Amino acid sequence: MDIAEHRIADVVVVAPVGPIDFPNAQHLERALAPLLGRDAAVQALVLDFHDVVYVSSMGLRVLMVAAKNLRARNARIAVAALQPVVVEIFDIARFAHVLEVFPTVRDAVAALSPSALAAWDASR
Amino acid sequence: MKLVRFWGTRGSLPVALTTADVRAKVMAALRGASGRTFASEEELDSYVNALAPEVAGTYGGHTSCVEIETGRSEYVLCDLGSGVRPFGQRALARHGPSSPQTYHVFMSHLHWDHIMGFPFFTPAYIPGNRIRIYGVHEGLEEALRRQHGAPSFPVDFSALGADIEFVGLEAGATREVAGIAVTPMLQRHAGDSYGYRFAGDGRSFVYSTDSEHALFDLEETRRFVDFFRDADLVVFDAMYSLADAISVKADWGHSSNIVGVELCQMAGARELCLFHHEPVHGDAAIERVLAEARRFEEISRKGRPLKVTAAYDGMEIAL
Repeated sequence: MDIAEHRIADVVVVAPVGPIDFPNAQHLERALAPLLGRDAAVQALVLDFHDVVYVSSMGLRVLMVAAKNLRARNARIAVAALQPVVVEIFDIARFAHVLEVFPTVRDAVAALSPSALAAWDASR
Repeated sequence: MKLVRFWGTRGSLPVALTTADVRAKVMAALRGASGRTFASEEELDSYVNALAPEVAGTYGGHTSCVEIETGRSEYVLCDLGSGVRPFGQRALARHGPSSPQTYHVFMSHLHWDHIMGFPFFTPAYIPGNRIRIYGVHEGLEEALRRQHGAPSFPVDFSALGADIEFVGLEAGATREVAGIAVTPMLQRHAGDSYGYRFAGDGRSFVYSTDSEHALFDLEETRRFVDFFRDADLVVFDAMYSLADAISVKADWGHSSNIVGVELCQMAGARELCLFHHEPVHGDAAIERVLAEARRFEEISRKGRPLKVTAAYDGMEIAL
């Protein structure tokens, strides 16, 4: 699974591509692991789901673990740019109560870190 | 095996419709009938049959009790929740009190909602009846005797007239009972629970309630996929949403509609029946869980379609 990652000020944006089914959930878990630990200098994580076409229960579990780890050290997490079918899966799983969901990555960055928003806009 | 009949489908605690619930159903039915007339009972029947399930019916409120109709004279049940009371009443009405019957009961575990119906199982009081209670838990007999004792219940277990025996099972070991091959499997639940796979007459049925699924444990997932493999029917604990099951209610020992769909799809099962409904859910909420499970099945489908249903008290599913 292709997983792009870039940093904007204190926000890290991670953008997986493809279905987050069983094998890809493991890839995503490994990609996120360095961002979740206490030593990671990540104050906010945005998952750009523009190119995610499906999420299984394993994938949702990876998101839940990421949210728990980040919140344990007062960092924030959001998911952005969900495809309609992934919106449905989030609804069925009741994940909208677990993760902040935004229509666009810019909206997520703006909500999580106003200082990063300026850097985001400048980079576009 | 011919069919599975549900006598109790609710998780944790029996529930009942309130006056407000019934009133809402009546009003919805009348609203739908506004301006219509019914020339015959058949027309009225057709109208009621076309109403949404949460308007014309209810999922019911008895706790776990499921009957397997084997086509033979002996009865086979899973669990002794409050649903075993109406089951016993029907058996008595069918055979009368002086016609001894044999009842085989397979216990998933010993939590209260799965044993609470036994003191109200009238055939247990009638001499001549044979009751065989099977389970893997060492404390099986003690749990059932204890709830009959003071101060919990006024009639001691020793006063029961039927010939009652407790039969220990071993997880993974298949045993032949009433012409059916029965195999228990360990499940993740406080104090352990056991699912059962029943096979006979070319049909297979899996009863898997009070079972949490650790999504990170791939070996466990493989065990369940093998246990559910090509089953004609899987009755599955779908008490919580996936989000609740892996966050605030993690380690509470229950699962979700999403995990039920995924496991049954991997196993190639024919039908998934959602079971052990959350007691705080009304009929509309359970109907929504069912609709969403069906939609998730469409989204995640790779092979043949999986039929998805939700159990209600009185429901029958042909195998």
